[in-house]
Amino acid sequence: MSKKIIDFEQLKKNGDEFKTVKLLSEEGKILEKGWQPDLSDDELFTLFKQMVWSRILDGRSTKLNRQGRLGFYAPTAGEEASQIASNFVMDKQDFILPAYRDVPQLVLHGLPLYQAFLWSRGHVDGNKYPADFPALPPQIIIGAQFVQAAGVALGFKLKGQKNVAYTYTGDGGTSQGDFYEGINFAGAFEAPAIFIVQNNGYAISVPRSKQTAAKTLAQKAVAAGIPGIQVDGMDALAVYEVTKEARDYALAGNGPVLIETLTYRYGPHTLSGDDPKRYRTKEIDDAWLKKDPLVRMRHYLADKGIWTQEKEDQYAEEVQEQIKEAIDKVENMPKQKISEYLKNTFAATPAGIQQEIERFEAKEAK
Amino acid sequence: MTKKTMIKAITDAMDEELARDEKVLVFGEDVGKNGGVFRATEGLQEKHGTDRVFDTPLAESGIIGLSTGLALQGFRPVPEIQFFGFVFETMDQIAGQMARIRFRLGSTRKMPITIRAPFGGGVHTPELHADSLEGLMAQIPGLRVVIPSNPYDAKGLLISAIRADDPVVFLEHMKLYRSIKADVPDEAYTVPLDKANVVKEGQDITLISYGAMLQESLKASEELAKQNIAAEVVDLRTVSPLDEETIMNSVKKTGRVVIVQEAQKQAGVGAQVAALIAEDGILYLKAPIGRVTAPNTPYPFSEAESDWLPNQGDIVAKANEILEY
Repeated sequence: MSKKIIDFEQLKKNGDEFKTVKLLSEEGKILEKGWQPDLSDDELFTLFKQMVWSRILDGRSTKLNRQGRLGFYAPTAGEEASQIASNFVMDKQDFILPAYRDVPQLVLHGLPLYQAFLWSRGHVDGNKYPADFPALPPQIIIGAQFVQAAGVALGFKLKGQKNVAYTYTGDGGTSQGDFYEGINFAGAFEAPAIFIVQNNGYAISVPRSKQTAAKTLAQKAVAAGIPGIQVDGMDALAVYEVTKEARDYALAGNGPVLIETLTYRYGPHTLSGDDPKRYRTKEIDDAWLKKDPLVRMRHYLADKGIWTQEKEDQYAEEVQEQIKEAIDKVENMPKQKISEYLKNTFAATPAGIQQEIERFEAKEAK
Repeated sequence: MTKKTMIKAITDAMDEELARDEKVLVFGEDVGKNGGVFRATEGLQEKHGTDRVFDTPLAESGIIGLSTGLALQGFRPVPEIQFFGFVFETMDQIAGQMARIRFRLGSTRKMPITIRAPFGGGVHTPELHADSLEGLMAQIPGLRVVIPSNPYDAKGLLISAIRADDPVVFLEHMKLYRSIKADVPDEAYTVPLDKANVVKEGQDITLISYGAMLQESLKASEELAKQNIAAEVVDLRTVSPLDEETIMNSVKKTGRVVIVQEAQKQAGVGAQVAALIAEDGILYLKAPIGRVTAPNTPYPFSEAESDWLPNQGDIVAKANEILEY
């Protein structure tokens, strides 16, 4: 037998070069020597406030769901650095294509909170977006947002508009065909898209290790020939910096970037009956609680003299009031009309649909 | 007015719309420099540029997802699926996404996308090229499904489809691409969507069909004429939503109907047409509703096409059965 030319063990190690970008220690100290975020104190505190807002919103949304005042809800606690710090980088004219867990980013991008609540309850008015709001409602079909993001990004490129499309999926979502097609199309067209994989370790009950033998999810970018970066998703400054550099890179005409954030959801997959105790242990939960993105930012901001408990408490009260107003507004919305559904189905209404509209309008007038 | 094949009429429609509206984009697998596997986009990239007419990676879901994203950016995409048998790869992006966006966003967004795709039997294609899958599309609310049967309609319907603010699946029968030539105006014109066409008037029996089966139905009507039977031939043109008025007017006049489709009996839109007639016109009927379809098997191996596909003989036989009922 002649000498073999392939070293399979070496080939399998290809993912080893993907190191996790981490800038803040769990005690809130800058780890990277000489590095400072290019954010003013005001901006840093605004970023922190948005994370606090998201944490409070998660707690209240869970309670409102339990009371039957909200419908579909996918918990976000634990993912504030991943979600909020990445969104914080974006321009208001950047186009967001969120997945079902990415409601906080959508609201911070400009969707009124009461509309997010209407979306949760299942009311069309939650999805009525102003003509100039660059966003789609949360995507339920995992992966679909990735191929659409490639199209939105190509649109920016063809128009010569200096903005990016940005989209999110989870660790499980990286197994979908549309995930690969999306990053591959954007790569082939050198379109300005930022693809963010929020790897929280579990797709409902299935651990990340069952999705793929790949050592990182960031290395899946290699298949599209685009840059892939893995970042500590519990570290707001690291997520901010990585996303910002990726956005600048894409806007310079270099094409898309894939970012994997290592994060965790403290709650269940959704509030529709999932029980994480069936597949996660308290030890795992506790280990991640020690990495809490809010705690880390509090330490960091306190050291800089920006944060006090009093300031946070004061802000928290404002948020509670804002949520109360939004949910009150939602509960007084008019009921949906099937005649309106029919009108929304086509721009040019076919004759058969027109007949149905008239039938339902007569019924609704009673 | 020039005598043109259907494929040439289709190319002209895209050429004129690309010139008229800078938001129109044509893309798909091999549609650029190659001019398409059937030459449907021949010369378009050279004339309109690589930003307007371009090739894509080989992935159907990516192509339709790309279309949706571009439509959200104000473009008017005309993507091509190389053969409609490949639609399964992109069913979510068509049925789960594109067709629902206007509804989902409460009329605050539109989806002016025209998906072009060849289909249809009789030209000995390999597997999953010829399958008639319009029935799947016809069951998707928010989507129009258009199937031209001749060069004149092909150009006018395609221009209407491209100008429409709703998504359209535009299916082009491969056997019709070059088998018939007809007078086609050289300038742009439209043929209305959602409107069937009474191709031939008659009083004795109505033959309702679309695509290549319209041509078979016309041949059948000539055979029937030799028997002194005047068949009215209706071309659905838009197979979803149906032009209920034109269908019912013809059925009310003749009282007898044969619905003809190339798709299998359990597929296509024939059952939907039959249900409409049964619901709205049963008292006008002098005989049961007849159907001519392909058998309920997967699309045949190519050597068996001629035995499997419905043809004019099947239509004449079924018409006689209904007439003698």
